[in-house]
Amino acid sequence: MPVLPLLKGLTLTLKRFFSRPITIQYPEQKKDLPNWRGIHYFAKNEKGETACVACGLCVAICPSRCISLEIAEGADGKRYPARYEIDALRCIFCGYCQEACPVNAIRLGGGYEYVHYRREDFRLNTDKLLTMYEVKK
Amino acid sequence: METIFWLIEAVVKNLLVISLLLLFVAYLTLVERKALGHIQVRPGPNRVGPFGLLQPIADGIKSFTKEDLIPAEADKPLFVIAPMICIFTALSMIAVVPFGPAFELFGRKIKLVVADIDIGLLYVFAMATLGEYGIVLGGWSSGNKYGVLGSLRAAAQMISYEVSLGLIVIGTIILAGSLRLTDIVEAQRSVWFVVYQPFAFILYLIAGLAEINRTPFDMPEAESELACGFNIEYSSIKFALFFMAEYAHMITVAAVATTLFLGGWHGPWLPGPVWFLIKVFALLFFFIWERGTFPRLRYDHIMKFGWKILFPLALLNVVVTALVVALVR
Repeated sequence: MPVLPLLKGLTLTLKRFFSRPITIQYPEQKKDLPNWRGIHYFAKNEKGETACVACGLCVAICPSRCISLEIAEGADGKRYPARYEIDALRCIFCGYCQEACPVNAIRLGGGYEYVHYRREDFRLNTDKLLTMYEVKK
Repeated sequence: METIFWLIEAVVKNLLVISLLLLFVAYLTLVERKALGHIQVRPGPNRVGPFGLLQPIADGIKSFTKEDLIPAEADKPLFVIAPMICIFTALSMIAVVPFGPAFELFGRKIKLVVADIDIGLLYVFAMATLGEYGIVLGGWSSGNKYGVLGSLRAAAQMISYEVSLGLIVIGTIILAGSLRLTDIVEAQRSVWFVVYQPFAFILYLIAGLAEINRTPFDMPEAESELACGFNIEYSSIKFALFFMAEYAHMITVAAVATTLFLGGWHGPWLPGPVWFLIKVFALLFFFIWERGTFPRLRYDHIMKFGWKILFPLALLNVVVTALVVALVR
């Protein structure tokens, strides 16, 4: 009679019974995820505006083509994004835009709670991306 | 006057035992889910109330308010009556189990048992067998092939394991010389029968698990094979009744094991009922613990184990016990 393996199993489960549960109680406890590619945000320059120079590299590299950009030129001859929009529902969070950006303006944050009731709320324009910066910091 | 006192005593004891049993059934489900959770290194239900203590109440409200379906294919009277049979037998079985010593109250001797009948053990087994009819009829009357398969398995398992169960307890009957459960407990005043009958105790636990259709012998409701088996078509309170019956039956098996082998209410320092509950809960914890450990056996393995291993061992136990008792006395 193979009784010994049965007892071995029972001791194992008893040990587990007295060990601490590894569950993270989600809404109360949140886990910090290093290297997490979450929702985007814009870095700011010293004037508090977006650091984006509207070079269009992120638009070019985006595999899911979720970034749309309209380029404008300021009085000082610098380019800036007149309209910058990320469709977060199409985004696959690959992080290529972050890598392509020459001035490190567009970045992927650490947030993973990103839920809205309406589709429009998932369209991230410049203002929203700048607010995300505040949320992030 | 005597009749009135007798009536009051009976009613009070009935209400006390039934309500306590139902309370334990409700909280046993929570204890089981908690314990299984901790075995699987997770906390188990902890959202409803502090530590999930209100979970059984939430479950109860949920199952009461669900839609009560009777399939068109079902045999309606049997379909309705099956869960009633289950819960009735499961609740009435506990009546003969003594949970404390007799004491004097207002000049009356009160025994802490609902019905102290002289064929107590036979009554327990008769009721347990009757309870299986609920499962068999429930599966068969649902008009569902999984239900029928579950019923067939329940019937086969009942026949295989109740034979052994009946033989296993004969050892204790020989030692105590009575079928009355209070007498059996009294006979264990000095030494518990588990000392004389250790193998019978283990065999009783195994056969008892098969009797209450619990893992690793949960053939009639094998989730992964029969998609819930006999209770597949049941919903709402009928489903809940099946489960209450199963847990009540589980408590009864633990209580009978305590009475037969672990000396019932006997124990030092603490009062009788406390000792009885401690022993019952230790056994119940074992039932939950082993559920979290062992996988379900294959159907033919269960039959093979029942007839080729458990049955001969039970017979051997009877013969050896009878021989030793005959030689010593």
